Amino acid sequence: MQKYSVFSLVKNAFSDHMNWEVAWKDPTPKKEYDVIIIGGGGHGLATAYYLAKEHNITNVAIIEKGWIGGGNVGRNTTIIRSNFMYDANGRFNEFGMELWRNLSQELNFNVMFSPRGIINLAHSDAQMNAYARRGNSMRLNGIDAVLLGREEVKKHIPMADFSDDVRFPIFGGLMQPSAGTARHDAVAWGYARQADSMGVDIIQHCEVEGFNIANGKITGVRTSKGEIKAKKVGLCVAGSTNILAEKLNMTLPIETHCLQACVSEPVKPLLDGVVTFGAGHFYISQSDKGEMVMGGDLDGYNSYAQRGNLPTIQHVLTGGLALFPFLSRLKMLRTWGGIMDMSMDGSPIIDKTHIDGLYLNCGWCYGGFKSTPVSGWTFAHTIAQDRPHDLNSELSLNRFSTGYLLDEKGIGTKTWIG
Amino acid sequence: MLYIKCPYCGMRSQNEFAYGGDASVKRPELNKDVSDKEWDDFVYNRKSPRGKHIELWHHVSGCRQWFKAQRDTATHEIFKTAMMNEEL
Repeated sequence: MQKYSVFSLVKNAFSDHMNWEVAWKDPTPKKEYDVIIIGGGGHGLATAYYLAKEHNITNVAIIEKGWIGGGNVGRNTTIIRSNFMYDANGRFNEFGMELWRNLSQELNFNVMFSPRGIINLAHSDAQMNAYARRGNSMRLNGIDAVLLGREEVKKHIPMADFSDDVRFPIFGGLMQPSAGTARHDAVAWGYARQADSMGVDIIQHCEVEGFNIANGKITGVRTSKGEIKAKKVGLCVAGSTNILAEKLNMTLPIETHCLQACVSEPVKPLLDGVVTFGAGHFYISQSDKGEMVMGGDLDGYNSYAQRGNLPTIQHVLTGGLALFPFLSRLKMLRTWGGIMDMSMDGSPIIDKTHIDGLYLNCGWCYGGFKSTPVSGWTFAHTIAQDRPHDLNSELSLNRFSTGYLLDEKGIGTKTWIG
Repeated sequence: MLYIKCPYCGMRSQNEFAYGGDASVKRPELNKDVSDKEWDDFVYNRKSPRGKHIELWHHVSGCRQWFKAQRDTATHEIFKTAMMNEEL
């Protein structure tokens, strides 16, 4: 594989950039693989990469219905954080933060990881107490957390509405300084390029139509490009999880919902980190291009539409205007939607299933992007060793029937309420 | 914007309604032994199909009645709505 560097850039400039190697090939599927990963998004590509790198399993195919990186890894708002209260979620995502910090070097691809900090705003004494508790839990797990007072928040975001007559005055906030953002497409492309170079077949425009199962063991998949045999199959299909589960006669603790995001026209740098509004459904950051990147909450009813509905955007931006009045003067550039695999307790599932050789990676709700490296790392371990790693042992499928829920937000099973 | 026909009030805009989830889920009978699997299916497990979905809506900013609707989860087309005691 051609290494990307300033020297290769200069060298290729002399040949008008016509001689770059392809970043990944377009192979026809083989008859059989050791492992098939269904879903060529961030998590699927990362899983294939870590299978090859950490476990030396390179006879691997990624099967993708559309094109790689066309789903939620290309649709998210690029936020990376590990500000979780529960041990299982905190340890899992903090391990992921460590992977993020080295990712550009490891993949020889600039993922533009930028630890610019996240502030969750509090708007009441009760919320400050809750954030103090969350911050302490984070620090016990070695995650950086700082409780900010009103004046400290003002230093970070002076453009927010700090006047006295607002409905939800800012009392303070919880900050994770090491949180940040990354270039989402680069994450998918970086993993794809490295996985391809280690022998992984990336098969795009190939839809899984069914599964071959014999004596409780998976033997392969039926696809739009024919049958492919496999010893092991991993599902990394996020919002399409329920569709494939139906083909497997499984019902999962997952509902599929649409989440929207939007960006404004680009403006000069004014917002350094990520800010979430604690009294409504709104969060915001500024991209390197200068666009204000904003999101809020689900559209509020089961959806596979991958496009949103105007009332939700209006609701989200109403919250945004309450916090940042300057937004009223910005034009909206784009809005879009992605479909989320909402788990019933808000935490993901990375586990084996009752079918031998079939592995499940789903339930990412609206937070899949930040966990891309650690999800791939632990899922690769689960597939290769046929048992979960310590990091994902509590992200089990049976935690719902046994009652060991990880209800980080504590909202119960009405996932659309958010 | 969805337009939803409340069986009591007629066609209204989405803003007047709150969603209530899958209407096909049945609570296990109280007067018999219920297995963990049955509770698990009732509380957590959902089919969440792509296509026709029977679901609950609440006309919360209107007549405050709950009702059932059959809607396509990919196109958002609403085929029909019915009162809770009616079959869809």
